[in-house]
Amino acid sequence: MTDTVLDIRDLVVSLGRNAGATRIIDGVSLDVGRRETLCVVGESGSGKSVTSLSVMGLLQKGSLVPTGGSIRLVGEELLTASDRRMRQLRATRMAMIFQEPMTALNPVLPVGRQIDEVLRAHTDLDARTRRKRILDMMDQVRLPEIERIFASYPHKLSGGQRQRIMIAMALVLEPKLLIADEPTTALDVTTQKQILTLIRDLQRDHGTAVLFITHDMGVVAEIADRVAVMRGGRLVETGSLDSILRAPTNEYTRNLLVSVPSLVPRAPRPETKEPVVLEANDLGKVYRERSFLGSTREVTAAKDVTLILRKGRTLGIVGESGSGKSTVARCIVRLIDPTSGGIRLAGCEISELSRRLLQPHRKKIQIVFQDPYRSLNPRVTVGETIAEGPINYGTPRAEALEKARELLELVDLPADAISRYPHQFSGGQRQRIAIARAIALDPDVLVADEAVSALDVSVQAQVLELLDEIQGRLGIALLFITHDLRVAAQICDDVAVMQHGRIVEQGPAGEVLTNPKQAYTRALLDAAPGRGWDFANFRPVAATAAE
Amino acid sequence: MAIETLPGPSIPITRPFRPTLGFLAATPIIATATACLLLIVAMAILAPYLAPHDPLLLAPAQRLKPSSAEFLLGTDAYGRDLLSRIIFGARISLLIGVGAAIVSVGIGLVIGLVSGFFKWVDAVMMRVMDGLMAIPAILLAIAVVSLSGASVVTVLVAITIPEIPRVARLVRAVVLSAREEPYVEAAISVGSGLPKIMWRHLMPNTVAPLIVQGTYVCASAILTEAILSFLGAGLSPETPTWGNIIAEGRSYFQIKPSLIFWPGLLLSITILSVNLIGDAARDALDPRMKQREGGKA
Repeated sequence: MTDTVLDIRDLVVSLGRNAGATRIIDGVSLDVGRRETLCVVGESGSGKSVTSLSVMGLLQKGSLVPTGGSIRLVGEELLTASDRRMRQLRATRMAMIFQEPMTALNPVLPVGRQIDEVLRAHTDLDARTRRKRILDMMDQVRLPEIERIFASYPHKLSGGQRQRIMIAMALVLEPKLLIADEPTTALDVTTQKQILTLIRDLQRDHGTAVLFITHDMGVVAEIADRVAVMRGGRLVETGSLDSILRAPTNEYTRNLLVSVPSLVPRAPRPETKEPVVLEANDLGKVYRERSFLGSTREVTAAKDVTLILRKGRTLGIVGESGSGKSTVARCIVRLIDPTSGGIRLAGCEISELSRRLLQPHRKKIQIVFQDPYRSLNPRVTVGETIAEGPINYGTPRAEALEKARELLELVDLPADAISRYPHQFSGGQRQRIAIARAIALDPDVLVADEAVSALDVSVQAQVLELLDEIQGRLGIALLFITHDLRVAAQICDDVAVMQHGRIVEQGPAGEVLTNPKQAYTRALLDAAPGRGWDFANFRPVAATAAE
Repeated sequence: MAIETLPGPSIPITRPFRPTLGFLAATPIIATATACLLLIVAMAILAPYLAPHDPLLLAPAQRLKPSSAEFLLGTDAYGRDLLSRIIFGARISLLIGVGAAIVSVGIGLVIGLVSGFFKWVDAVMMRVMDGLMAIPAILLAIAVVSLSGASVVTVLVAITIPEIPRVARLVRAVVLSAREEPYVEAAISVGSGLPKIMWRHLMPNTVAPLIVQGTYVCASAILTEAILSFLGAGLSPETPTWGNIIAEGRSYFQIKPSLIFWPGLLLSITILSVNLIGDAARDALDPRMKQREGGKA
């Protein structure tokens, strides 16, 4: 553990070469030893990715310039190394895996060939030895049917398999350092767990030093030996995993940890006899694709989905990507048309209504989308965006804008934000605007489709709090779609778990998330990263349970 | 609440489109192009005051005179002042260019918006557009002009029709991708009607590409008009257009090359300027090109 593989000292990266240029990274010092995993955590904009790209020498030429400090890889200075030398070092001494394995792989080459390229560029091995080595590596990253996958194109593989290929490619030359930049963020929890275990095991076998970049405290708890917390380009705190999680000294680190929602469901709210506002009965959606020769391919995105939501309650739909949860949400809001089953909204059947007849019902159900950067029209002011709905339903313009002001205050934004444009706000603030737009019509039901998934954890906590507060004040029923069990545990009264377009388990959140009856729910819960930690209370979950 | 002041996420921010004219002087070359075009436009507008002679006045006694104080660029085979004819010729060229750009963008925008939004219209419209695109522009122009006689309007129609499909396809592509944006879905779910969604949420996305496309249409229309005139299929020969002047000058090329040289030079400068400005507009309005220059936001 003693020999240092990567040693970053007082690194400064500036925006441009000028002396007064903005420092994106300001005096960061890190080191990673053999067989050690250092997790760099931070929210978006904290400079964690820029740090890793500086190590790889992959900073955008001309715009991001390392202007100070040193980066040493096994004693060799990287900041002054020639481009040629850096090319040699990448792959042989250090390698990197990225968040999105689909874009990191060349779509027109079989994956085996792509790994082979690395070997051909950096070794003198003959074809047969190379192939043997690649197959061996693919076996080590636990890919099934390695002969078949060797010849497969990236699009034939699942996200997890692609990430395994990336890892195989990164480790085939046995580099001393592996940089992993959010390698599991785009993957489902169950796949994430496998990849994390894989990285851990390979590291043990090969003695690789791992610089692991993530925003997810759960992942940190799973994989880190030591943790470095970054914020705004500076190192906030660094220490062993245990000391950071148990006794963070910095206020920011504490905040970060406190914001992580707990997997333990919140105390259940008493059952209510409030009227049912939303009902889905045997809802189904089949996508039909007719090919040129007339044969029809059918994809069932949702089948027999039955949900009941009462006034003032929150129903969560959880599931992995492709489970059909978003399809259900979009059917319910009638952004797409369900192919079977019924939707009753406040006592009215809306699944069969035409666009025109649907119009008066639209205001009763509103939706908040995942990506706050795309869900607001960049060319329309915030006020106009919020007022659009009420104006559509006959409110005079002046009155609607006045209401928009009130709503902005309700979502904790200044009322003068009304005349500004979306790009002037941060992601969290934009999501507040999207919520204000949704509640401007006084809907009975608010559908939140992964509404907090794109947000940093501290902002996420605030938005969840806001949703809770709005529900308390206005009695709105919430249909909350999420892949994140932690979030579901903190906001939902009831939870429906979806897999392959069907609901596999449904019931009160406390029940489903603590005593799951179905194997799939159990697998999901087991895979939730950092399930052993109660971050907000700075101790393992076992200690909480013992109380 | 201190956390809210965290540095914003490093996701590239889409700025609302604001037509700023700063790009017109982005580089010395573009600034020169802009200046040239402004001069030519001014020349066209002020033609009656600038032209020393009547461009239509025949003076057989003054045939093919060389440059002199009275006729700065000399006279043509009918004794008309070349300079005056060139100055007035700019009017027709620019009128056709700008007219073709506006009309084709206008019609193409409507067709594109509608076919981008309605699938059944799309199926029909795009096949019609495919058909139109298959007809060579010059051939269509000659046909239209010979059917209904040469006038500014017929020439304009003849030049505009083949440009419409290009604009319509461009708008359709923009609409098809924009209508998938969550903010359009959000507008649907707050009950906005179709006209509102099109006008407010889809149309603005097409402004930037249309400005660029408009300049290209303009340049190619000026060129097509000159070609039509040169071929004798455009406006009647006595009308001063650059194409006509070149066509007439062709016969006397060996005696007096300047008859071709000056209108040709002006034609080239105009088209080059318009194209350069079009390129500059594309670079200025396309966020991806901006990124390439300025790096990460």
